[in-house]
Amino acid sequence: MDVAFAWLTRSFAFLVFSILAAILVSLVIGSQLTLEKYGFSFLWTAEWNPVTEEFGALVPIFGTVVTSLIAMLIGVPVSFGIALFLTELSPNWLKRPLGTAIELLAAIPSIIYGMWGLFVFAPLFQTHIQPFLIGTLGHIPFFGALFAGPPLGIGMFTAGIVLSIMVIPFIAAVMRDVFELVPPLLKESAYGLGATTWEVVWRVVLPYTKVGVIGGIMLGLGRALGETMAVTFVIGNAHRLATSLMAPGNSIASSLANEFTEAVGDVYFSALIELGLILFLITTVVLALSKLLLMKLARGEGSQT
Amino acid sequence: MDTSAVPAAQRPTIHTAVRATAPSDADVEPRQALRPKLSIRSLNFYYGGFQAIKNVTMDIPERKVTAFIGPSGCGKSTLLRTFNRMYALYPEQRAEGEILMDGENLLTTKRDVSLIRARIGMVFQKPTPFPMSIFDNIAFGVNLFENLGRRDMAERVEWALTRAALWNEVKDKLNQSGQSLSGGQQQRLCIARCIAIKPDVLLLDEPCSALDPISTAKVEELIHELKTDYTVVIVTHNMQQAARVSDFTAYMYLGEMIEYDATDIIFIKPKRQATEDYITGRFG
Amino acid sequence: MNPVDASNPLYRSRRRLNFFLLTVSGAALLFGLFWLTWILGNLLYEGGNALARATLYYQMTPPPGGDGGLANAIVGSLIMVTAGTLIGTPIGILAGTYLAEYGRGGWLANATRFLNDVLLSAPSIVIGLFVYSVYVAQVGHFSAWAGSIALGLLVIPVVVRTTDDMLKLVPDSLREAAMALGCPMWRMVMFITYRAARTGILTGILLAVARISGETAPLLFTALNNQFWSMDMNAPMANLPVVIFQFAMSPYEDWRRLAWGGAALITIAVLLLNILARALFRKSQ
Repeated sequence: MDVAFAWLTRSFAFLVFSILAAILVSLVIGSQLTLEKYGFSFLWTAEWNPVTEEFGALVPIFGTVVTSLIAMLIGVPVSFGIALFLTELSPNWLKRPLGTAIELLAAIPSIIYGMWGLFVFAPLFQTHIQPFLIGTLGHIPFFGALFAGPPLGIGMFTAGIVLSIMVIPFIAAVMRDVFELVPPLLKESAYGLGATTWEVVWRVVLPYTKVGVIGGIMLGLGRALGETMAVTFVIGNAHRLATSLMAPGNSIASSLANEFTEAVGDVYFSALIELGLILFLITTVVLALSKLLLMKLARGEGSQT
Repeated sequence: MDTSAVPAAQRPTIHTAVRATAPSDADVEPRQALRPKLSIRSLNFYYGGFQAIKNVTMDIPERKVTAFIGPSGCGKSTLLRTFNRMYALYPEQRAEGEILMDGENLLTTKRDVSLIRARIGMVFQKPTPFPMSIFDNIAFGVNLFENLGRRDMAERVEWALTRAALWNEVKDKLNQSGQSLSGGQQQRLCIARCIAIKPDVLLLDEPCSALDPISTAKVEELIHELKTDYTVVIVTHNMQQAARVSDFTAYMYLGEMIEYDATDIIFIKPKRQATEDYITGRFG
Repeated sequence: MNPVDASNPLYRSRRRLNFFLLTVSGAALLFGLFWLTWILGNLLYEGGNALARATLYYQMTPPPGGDGGLANAIVGSLIMVTAGTLIGTPIGILAGTYLAEYGRGGWLANATRFLNDVLLSAPSIVIGLFVYSVYVAQVGHFSAWAGSIALGLLVIPVVVRTTDDMLKLVPDSLREAAMALGCPMWRMVMFITYRAARTGILTGILLAVARISGETAPLLFTALNNQFWSMDMNAPMANLPVVIFQFAMSPYEDWRRLAWGGAALITIAVLLLNILARALFRKSQ
């Protein structure tokens, strides 16, 4: 009985192991056609034509990376500000309700963000904010190309903003948690030298918690890269490589969501599954890199404990 | 190490809870030598609804070592934390009364609290090296108020580390993390960090409670040297330590200042029975 | 002159910087809360009207332009979330038990922990794609089983993680005490450590349920959707997230209204599950 139970739990642990292997193998088999047809050139081909059956992943990869980057650029500083406020500035009676609110917001299904983005944010963005951005930033040489084009409301920039709003609660909650772990004495010693709140947070709290902060950012990045619904509603679903952030684009996840059930032809299917494989590899690499980084940091400070 | 008793002529002429009466004429002369650096008047302190310090009045003499002793929870650390208004970080804590430094009431002054803290350094129960290099640990505080060039900063760091008796041990690894040092070295690093900004007063809150006996001896020796330039206030749960390092000792119990006098008087011939019971271990 | 003085220019610029950045931090909080209350407020406003109509709860999803409700989608979601939880939870608990009780720091345990994190961070749409290739494509049709399996695969890593974490919190002395009585390992796990970690594991399961309740992506290629009432696990089944997606993307006003109603419904359900999980966890501490 004892041996049986040990064996049972071990086989289920092994099952987790095999599920992951199965995912990888099934995606590779599923995308065999395009893997053989295009090889690595699939990664940098912008063509996506179901009629002529010519496929390349550049546009969705570009869209995935760009929207996630925008989300991080907005989301990380805002989350840091929120975490700073919650740990250092907030009066005590506000800490609990605000913290709980942030955590609950992280639980809202992503489809809600997508719907809000499409029906509420995009029209407002189109009529009020976008013309302004295009009119001002769009005229700056070189840089302006990022903001050129007609105001459509939907597009990669909108998708990035919606994504950033979605990841803020995640990242802010993690940062708040790790900031709270800083020993009060460490902060007091910095205050004791005459440092300001900002200096204490920026030069003592942040370096002390960098491992957790990086972990939180990576968690948010992973979410943003793989997010389907929040992006699909607002990115515009255009398989076109555009220099402007205002232009509609496509991400890997939104291509899959929009096209998979309607795809006809083996090559088309294979191309879509290969997109899934690429997305899986990207998120796995991001996770592995962050783990590696964390391990390195932990080793660097190993002498501390 | 000099642990000899303070000569009778140098006995405190300053304000103590017990001897609240005006000093006699005989005390006038040494009073100039013993200028009070901090004058505490009718200090009360509250954690929310709980009163942790009850009506404490005392003077901390300049360039002497003053020790606070007493059982845990007697308010000695709390008292120390009022001197640099560290309690102000926590909204539910508040202090009433006066703490005068050079004639200015620190509790009500309009001056920014970070200016007060820069003049009153503090070292804590546990070593708290910042997560940065040894050099930067010292430079951190100096950079807050002074724009020093590379050379000047290097000199200041060396000066502070030398003063804290740590220079010889770390001069070859200034770029290593402060957290890579041993516990005793870390605590001396924290002391060096404090004196690098040249404060007037040093507050030591049980600085040796996390250290082994050898490191403790080094820190005690250091305290002894520091009093030539600084006013030192030390909280300790270790009575032998108070006897070894301090010139004046205050015994606190349940938030009240029971007795405050020259260290040799407190340890040899205390005036109060309660003090004697505590000193001799009959407390309980 | 003593540099520690209010007139020190360095000090003054530091103070200004501090004031400015702390203001920015407060603004960041307001910025975050602004969007999030806007989104929630809008959801409740749009969805509230739909939720107030009783037809939402007992009529089927309508054809374009018709009047109807979400009854088949609500039931379909309940069935598939339940089935997914029932599939994923035992696997997750047993695998987590191995990690915390048997594997500990061994190579299989460490590798599994890492792979479990990979699974946890895998985009849910990839899980849908996987179930499509190994199940839907093989049997030849979309089905509620496929949807449940996809949801189950999302439950597993969450439950593995919490089981592992919660069992690790049980002090070893408790284990040693049981073993010292001659209790076999499996009884010790079943009757001592599970019991000690019970509420923590339950919290993890509730959070996993909350997560899959709102998931759309993995159901798109597995359960698909069904306009009609269906209890057949081997056929496509209606479910709230996919119905919301289809209806919201449609040009029909009635459909969009229903989509908002469904969105409000799952959000309320997910938030309630989360609040329940927290209350439970707080009680256990």
